[in-house]
Amino acid sequence: MTDSHVHKRRLGRNVFVGVVLLAFVALVFAVTIVKLQALV
Amino acid sequence: MSDLTARYDGPQGTPREAEASIGDFFSLMKPRVMSLVIFTALVGLLAAPVAIHPIVGFASLLCIAIGAGASGALNMWWESDIDSRMGRTQNRPIPSGRVTREEALAIGIGLSVISVAMLAVFANVLSAVLLAGTIAFYGGFYTMWLKRRTPQNIVIGGAAGAIPPVIGWTVATGSVAVEPLLMFAIIFLWTPPHFWALALWKRREYTEAEVPMLPVVAGTVSTRRQIMAYSVALAAASLALIFTPVAGPAYATVAIVTNALFCLLAYRVWSRDEETAQAEKYGAEKKLFAFSLTYLALIFASLLVDAALRSAGWI
Repeated sequence: MTDSHVHKRRLGRNVFVGVVLLAFVALVFAVTIVKLQALV
Repeated sequence: MSDLTARYDGPQGTPREAEASIGDFFSLMKPRVMSLVIFTALVGLLAAPVAIHPIVGFASLLCIAIGAGASGALNMWWESDIDSRMGRTQNRPIPSGRVTREEALAIGIGLSVISVAMLAVFANVLSAVLLAGTIAFYGGFYTMWLKRRTPQNIVIGGAAGAIPPVIGWTVATGSVAVEPLLMFAIIFLWTPPHFWALALWKRREYTEAEVPMLPVVAGTVSTRRQIMAYSVALAAASLALIFTPVAGPAYATVAIVTNALFCLLAYRVWSRDEETAQAEKYGAEKKLFAFSLTYLALIFASLLVDAALRSAGWI
């Protein structure tokens, strides 16, 4: 495996982790809104 | 090998053969087991008499799935030595050198903590405690201690795989009832005949890997007898669920038909000796194993159908 392939694969992994973290933040936000609405 | 790849070591300190992809890390989490966990937890969630907001339900199911994945990663971390000796598991991420044991351990612990903590926030503490207990039971007790010590490993370890519908139910209701316990019993009693049917024709591999599966330790006659006994017990638990409010016409029909078929296939496995089985290339055992997968899918899918019929007001 060449350096270029390794860089590409790591970039792919890092982008994936970033997307997962953003999705996690969105999910926590959505659940918070739902729970707050239930209290109103 | 380039400098970049040489910085990372494989499982036994050898240079890693390939840079791990997202798919490798994902397969650490045993996606097929995860899909079963998601499905049965979803059934527990939707069969419960309390409606739950879809976003909260989705978030909770995600936590249950991640918790199951974390258990899978811990299992692969601990069992990489066995996996490297069995043809069925040699290509898993750790034995194949694509992921290190340390990475698997870190993923297992990290995801366990996140999934349990977030389930407590999204759903309730009882569900989180059940999930934490399941991860500890499967990743710790079963994987690290039980599996290599007793031929009843599958029976006791099966409890971990049986708990997801109970967690799904507690996410919705916040308490445990007889219905999810019967769902637990169904998966719990289904696990031994399912795995022992496989172990009958894979027993040489288990012997070589020094895993004390029942056919290896107690012999095939005893295994065949126990497959039959568990199949009858499974039918009893499955038919008992018909008399609870979660079951309707779909479940009743499916349960009667599939349990009759399951017992028939188990009887064929029980009623023949090892020589006949070998001569027929374990045809009956393979049929039972394949049907057991269909059985579980149909049983739980029919509960979903009844839940849908109930919410539509048709039953």
